Amino acid sequence: MIEVQNLRVTFRLGQKSVEAVRGVSFDIREGECVALVGESGSGKSVTARSLVGLAGPQAHVEADTFTVDGRDVSRFAARDWRRLRGRYAGLILQDALVSLDPMRTVGAEITEVLRTHDIGDRRDRPRRVHDLLDAVHVPEPERRARQYPHQLSGGLRQRALIASALAGGPKLLIADEPTTALDATVQAQILTLLAERRATGETLLLISHDLAVVSKLADRVLVMKDGRIVESGDTRTILAGAGHPYTRQLIAAATGRRRENTAEPGEIVAEATALRKVYGDRTVVKDFGLTVRRGEIVGLVGESGSGKSTVAQLLFGLTDPTSGHVRFEGSEFSGIPERARRPIRRRLQLIAQDPLSAFDPRWTVRRIVGEALPKGADPEPILDRVGLGPEYLDRYPRQLSGGQRQRVAIARAIAPRPSLIICDEPVSALDVSVQAQVLDLLARIREDDGTALLFISHDLGVIRDIADRVLVMHDGRVVEQGPVRAVFDHAGHEYTRALLDAVPTLEVTS
Amino acid sequence: MIKAVARRVAAGVVVLWAAATAAYLALLAAPGDIVDAIIGDGADTPQIRAQIIAEWNLDRPAIVQYLDYLLRAARGDLGRSYLLQRPVGEVIGEQILPTVQLALAAAVIGVVLALVLAVTTRHRWVRRVSSTAELMLVSTPPFLSGIVLLSVFSFRLGWFPVAGDQGWAALALPAVTLGLPIAGVLSQVLRDGLDRALDEPFAVTARSRGLTERAVLIRHALRHALIPAVTLLGWLTGVLIGGAVIIEQVFGRPGLGQVTLQAVGNGDMPVVLAVVVLAAAAFVVINTLADLAYLLIDPRLRRS
Repeated sequence: MIEVQNLRVTFRLGQKSVEAVRGVSFDIREGECVALVGESGSGKSVTARSLVGLAGPQAHVEADTFTVDGRDVSRFAARDWRRLRGRYAGLILQDALVSLDPMRTVGAEITEVLRTHDIGDRRDRPRRVHDLLDAVHVPEPERRARQYPHQLSGGLRQRALIASALAGGPKLLIADEPTTALDATVQAQILTLLAERRATGETLLLISHDLAVVSKLADRVLVMKDGRIVESGDTRTILAGAGHPYTRQLIAAATGRRRENTAEPGEIVAEATALRKVYGDRTVVKDFGLTVRRGEIVGLVGESGSGKSTVAQLLFGLTDPTSGHVRFEGSEFSGIPERARRPIRRRLQLIAQDPLSAFDPRWTVRRIVGEALPKGADPEPILDRVGLGPEYLDRYPRQLSGGQRQRVAIARAIAPRPSLIICDEPVSALDVSVQAQVLDLLARIREDDGTALLFISHDLGVIRDIADRVLVMHDGRVVEQGPVRAVFDHAGHEYTRALLDAVPTLEVTS
Repeated sequence: MIKAVARRVAAGVVVLWAAATAAYLALLAAPGDIVDAIIGDGADTPQIRAQIIAEWNLDRPAIVQYLDYLLRAARGDLGRSYLLQRPVGEVIGEQILPTVQLALAAAVIGVVLALVLAVTTRHRWVRRVSSTAELMLVSTPPFLSGIVLLSVFSFRLGWFPVAGDQGWAALALPAVTLGLPIAGVLSQVLRDGLDRALDEPFAVTARSRGLTERAVLIRHALRHALIPAVTLLGWLTGVLIGGAVIIEQVFGRPGLGQVTLQAVGNGDMPVVLAVVVLAAAAFVVINTLADLAYLLIDPRLRRS
């Protein structure tokens, strides 16, 4: 269906030009599922978008051979591309909340494909839209078609996005990180849906940074790094004995690695008893209790809406509990005036999911980290501890990669020598390979400083790799807790088991 | 729903009251004597003065006069003009139509021109030329562009009448003069909004369905770009009201602008107050419409 020889994509940005794809060759055959795997910036998305002529207005695309459906696309005019898009190849992007037009109903978005390609007549289209939504297992399609993306849950939204990509009856589905923004259980459902589409005859091109996500679906894997395909082959062979060191690194990241705690936990750092938080007529946290000791990493797991972020806010003293208490370093921390809390705030730090929005974009790294240090102190040693050299001191947040930014966030958090760091989804926005490095760093800081970490995540895999103990939250309540190994091996609650089943895992057969 | 409407109306009334009171205080502080204003060029004897003071109740304390004014205003009675010796409602009623015509025509020209410019001049040199022209429109004071338009199209080419209010032909130049700077600002805001919307993932999705670039622009991006433009509706009202005063002078058009200038110059308090309250009412109405427009444009702002 697709044949590409020596594809090169260059972006012109003012005077500079950046080579995003440097000579990539591959083909996709009918009925196949091919996965393009690599970290952000590897050129995988640009490659995929080039296949439908959407690499972007600044992109210059060249290739020795470039055929789609047997036709040479290098001679394509804009019209030819438009006929191909939606009809021969459908594109599914990451987050349906922003990938569907938020100002239009889901039905209008799907109808647009039908109208653009003149499929069916006007009166017939609402029925077709319902059929499409039904095919991707959206319940009550008539009602859902009239709703806007923000009125749907993450899973339903993503299904609607897939339905819109299917509307033109394309032979090829290109899915660019189709599950990355979703909770684990929803991610598993969407992967099942994609597998189903494949069974009905559609050819799939999956793009992901996570080998584990695609390994169950893909027949073949193409591993991309720095704009080149460094390794390709059928999935089983690649997983069994990957030749390229980068592929091995990806496999290691996807398999996960347990970071054991060697030291005994010390005195109690933070303690929450019988926390309850009510917003209006909704109780978002019910009877929450927790103790964190020095040198401990405690995991808090739950899906979006489970109440885990509210717990973080309560522990951090950003909002007061409706009832119950938070104690920090032996003294009362909840229900006291902010003025009384301020002197101990330095001992409690936060690492957020997206450091880009947690940093002042006009501040340099020197200033960001320096702010957390005593006046006049040199930020260099702290930066060195998180693995960044002095050359990063004068950079701005946007000049750093996601992983580097998270390192700066960690540097800022450890600078005041806190006794507890609350990490709210600290690695969810990062590629799996970078996740592993950041987890290593956090584990080392715990070991060296004895800092306690409260690790909040929807990703059980991450918790399994780093936490000593875990609490599972569901509907505002802790449904299960205990040492990580015990919970993971003998989950008592059905919700925990459902979460565990949803974790994408690599089945390496060697 | 009813609660929200009631709160809205109450807020509007407070704004009107505050505007009327502020104008009242400002005029009290202004130099000049009311009796002088009422006498104008007429005969000035102590008897006539006493008569005027009695007739207009000017001997009562200022606070009583103020409260009396508010009470009458609440009943819709705006008082009598000192200068013209006629009810203010009548004076304004006669002059409001040409001003409303001018403001609406200018608003339509401004908005339509802005939309056309923002949508059609997207790329390369056309965009640069258009942006530069818009910047010039924004930075030229209307009285200057009005005079330039007059001298070219009325004096030299004779296409439009020089002054007065003789139907649509006479409306064209003033409306264009007032509309151009509006188009300049709105088109820049719209273009910026379109740029941002076209960079969003949903625009990529729309293109991946086979839509033409124009369809992505009109069906998807434009709606997103309208939000920041709607925010400027309040500003637009201010420009139209303030601009009308100057434009009516330049083009010798009848209207509220002329009346207002005359009233301010002669200390004709009832007329000035009425104009201020009228402008405040226009602001309240337009801002309410803007809030409704947000809800109409962006479904995310609607509460289910």
